Amino acid sequence: MAERLLLLVGTKKGAFIVESGPDRKSWTVRGPSCEGYPIQDINWDPATSVMYAGGGSAWYGPTVFRSVDLGRTWTQSSDGLTYGDDGPKISAVWSVTPAHGALYAGVGPAGLFRSDDGARSWQHVEGLTNHPTRSTWQPGAGGLILHSIVPHPTDASRMWVAISAVGTFETVDGGASWEPRNRGVRADFQPGPPPETGQCVHKLVMAAGESEHLYQQNHCGVYRSLDGGKHWDEITRDLPSEFGFAMAAHPRDPLTVWNIPLSGPEEGRFMPDGQAAVWRTEDGGDNWIRGDAGLPRRDAYLGVLREAMARDDLDPVGVYFGTSTGHLYGSADGGASWSAVVTTLPPIWSVEAIRVDE
Amino acid sequence: MALVILPRSLAPLVPGLPHRASVDGETVGEVIHALDASWPGVADRLCEAGPALRQHINVWVDGEPATLATPVGPSATVHVIPAIAGG
Repeated sequence: MAERLLLLVGTKKGAFIVESGPDRKSWTVRGPSCEGYPIQDINWDPATSVMYAGGGSAWYGPTVFRSVDLGRTWTQSSDGLTYGDDGPKISAVWSVTPAHGALYAGVGPAGLFRSDDGARSWQHVEGLTNHPTRSTWQPGAGGLILHSIVPHPTDASRMWVAISAVGTFETVDGGASWEPRNRGVRADFQPGPPPETGQCVHKLVMAAGESEHLYQQNHCGVYRSLDGGKHWDEITRDLPSEFGFAMAAHPRDPLTVWNIPLSGPEEGRFMPDGQAAVWRTEDGGDNWIRGDAGLPRRDAYLGVLREAMARDDLDPVGVYFGTSTGHLYGSADGGASWSAVVTTLPPIWSVEAIRVDE
Repeated sequence: MALVILPRSLAPLVPGLPHRASVDGETVGEVIHALDASWPGVADRLCEAGPALRQHINVWVDGEPATLATPVGPSATVHVIPAIAGG
C-alpha cells in the first residue's frame, strides 16, 4: 500500500483527479470524468471512501455522480431531486456534503436535499424551503443557490447552510426548522440597517475542533463567529479587498484560515491589480499574511470561485486553489509559497484534497 | 412498438441504454416512461418538473416537433436530440 494525495477537481467540463505522492511534487492527471458534466462541487466521504460530484448539465439537468473506485468510474442519479411538478425547476447541484452517515445536496433554486443511500435517491428537506422568510429570498448574480453545507462535527441534528443573497441558517433539529444566523454581517447592497436575512454569504467554513467557531467569506467582508453564527465579527481589516469567494480552514488549528480576496463585484472579480496571492490568518482574523511566492505577480487576472480552494491534512498543511482559467496551484507549506500543479484544465469550479492508501 | 433513437451522449449516463430502442407508448411521455422502466434514470435526464421535456432536449415524432403529450403511433419513429447549445 502506498499513500497517495488526490486533488478532486470539478470543472466546467467534468471532473478530474490530480494525484501525487505525499511529497506533493509530481502530479498526474486523470479525466475528464462524469461525461463532461459541469461539476459545481466534488467531495469525499471518508467513512465510506466514496467520491461525490454534483452539478448540472444544460441538456440533462442536475444530478450527483458517485464513484467507489477513487474516481475511475462513475454512476449518477437524481432520483427524488425535485421540488415536484408544481415547484421550481432545479438547475444544478451546488454542494454535496457527507454528514453522519447521510449525504446532503444544496441546489439552485436554493434548497437542501438528503440521501440516505449514497446518492442513489434523495428526499427534500422541506423545513428550509418552508422557512417564513422564503418569500423574501432574492437571487444574487450567480442565482439563488445553496452552496455551503457545514455539519456539526458530533451532533447530527445540527447543521449550517449558506445561501447566496439570503444568508446563513442553522438547524438544531435535523432540518425540521431553521434559524437565520446573520447578525453582524453587512448587506451594503441594500439600504437600511443589516437585515435578518439577505446577506450574500459566499463561503462558510468551520474552525478545526471548534464546533461553535465559524468563518465566512461574504460579498461584504470576511467574518468570524464564536457562538455558532448567532453573532458575527468582521475580520476584513488589512485584506486588499472585502470581496472574494473561496475560503479554507486548517485541519487542526482553529485560528488559521485561508482566503483569496478578489477585486470588487463591479470591478472584475479577479486577483487585485493582477497580482495573485492567497492570504491566511493564524490568529483568527486579527491579522492577515500575504502568500504569493511562486504565484504570478503581474497580469494575473484570475478568479477563484467559492468551492475552488482546499487543504490537505498533512504537516505542513498543503493548500490548493483552482482558477476560472483552468490553473491549479498548490502549496506544500501552508500557503507561504506556491507552484503550478496543472495549468490546462477547463475552468475550475471546485477543489478537494484527500489522502488515500492504494 | 415505436422506434426511439436516443443521443449517444446519453448512454454513458444510463447504464446499458442503447442508441435505438423499441418500446410501447401512446404518447412521448409514455414512451419515455417505458424507457425508464427498462433503463432507470433515463427519464430524469430527459424530463424535468412539470412534467416537461428539459429545455434543451428536442423530440420529434415522425419528423414533427413533439412534447410529452404528442401521440405516438404503433410504428412511429421518435428522435431524441440534444439542442445546439452550450460553450
